[in-house]
Amino acid sequence: MRTLQQTTQEVLDLASKHFHVPAGSLAPEDDFFKKLGIDSLQTLEMLSRLENHFGIELPDYEVQGVSDFRTLAERIQSRL
Amino acid sequence: MKSFTGKTLRWEWRDGVIELTLERGPANEIGTAMLAELEQFVAAFPALIPETAACIISSNRKHGFSAGADLRELYHGAAQLSENERIAGVRTFIERIHAVFNAIDEAPFVTIAAVTGICFGGGFELALTCDIIIADAMARFAFPELRLGLIPGFGGIPRLKRDVGNAFMRDLLLTGRSVNAARAQVAGLVAQLAAEGETLRAARAAAAQTTKFDPITRAAAKRFIKPVPHDELRGEIDLFCELFARPTVMAALKKFVESTDAMPYLP
Repeated sequence: MRTLQQTTQEVLDLASKHFHVPAGSLAPEDDFFKKLGIDSLQTLEMLSRLENHFGIELPDYEVQGVSDFRTLAERIQSRL
Repeated sequence: MKSFTGKTLRWEWRDGVIELTLERGPANEIGTAMLAELEQFVAAFPALIPETAACIISSNRKHGFSAGADLRELYHGAAQLSENERIAGVRTFIERIHAVFNAIDEAPFVTIAAVTGICFGGGFELALTCDIIIADAMARFAFPELRLGLIPGFGGIPRLKRDVGNAFMRDLLLTGRSVNAARAQVAGLVAQLAAEGETLRAARAAAAQTTKFDPITRAAAKRFIKPVPHDELRGEIDLFCELFARPTVMAALKKFVESTDAMPYLP
């Protein structure tokens, strides 16, 4: 099973790839709205990509109020 | 008339298949303008039915199929009215929506919703009128109405009951969460998955397949397989209007319309 560190890195890599942000430019504590320049509907797109990648379901209410990659990774980890 | 281009949608008939494309920016919110054009669309059915095997409903908006009812129009329109006028106006609107959605649900040709991106609320309800939902990996389905103090009012509850198990339905409605296409397929809501960006192509392939079959048999099979729950639909209208009359609904609509929340579409 993945560690939280592995999960976090995969989240960063996925976000970087799909929102065309240079690889390695994202950090766990970054605000993904600001760093990726995404709105709420694009957040749902990211949610879909994360669910498909990790093979999980992540209810949207679990990410309400979450804005950094690290906390997002923790939510994902809890569903693995 | 074999084609139509309006302000919120367009449709075209070709080789036995109608393609209805929703194209109201930003996210195909269903308000009075789209309703009027949908009414024109179903009014064309008597002329189209004899030559139509299938109809595909899709969107060309980048955000997806539809974000649902136009809550901004609903709030601003309702806010100017007295309580009695507001309730009467909403009932009239809802009844018109139901008439259109029932016509699509009962059409003798095969209806296919090609869904990508968000398919929420009233948009989800439009997809549920269709015989087949084809969705790609980016599609998400949700009924967020409870956050507004409402239930789905465009026929979503009776139609969802027709398609999925009650446990899944309770989760969707009572949490307001969205689910992805893979989960929706497991639940029995989505019939086919397509690769990202391939939904319309897959819908066209399915539609072309249906043109091979006898129209009388197709219509009879469809009536038998997919009865329209008219009594429950009428019950949903009554419950929706009853809930809409509560002051908390206007307050919730105001909050949504004025929200600067980073994630207003999340429950």
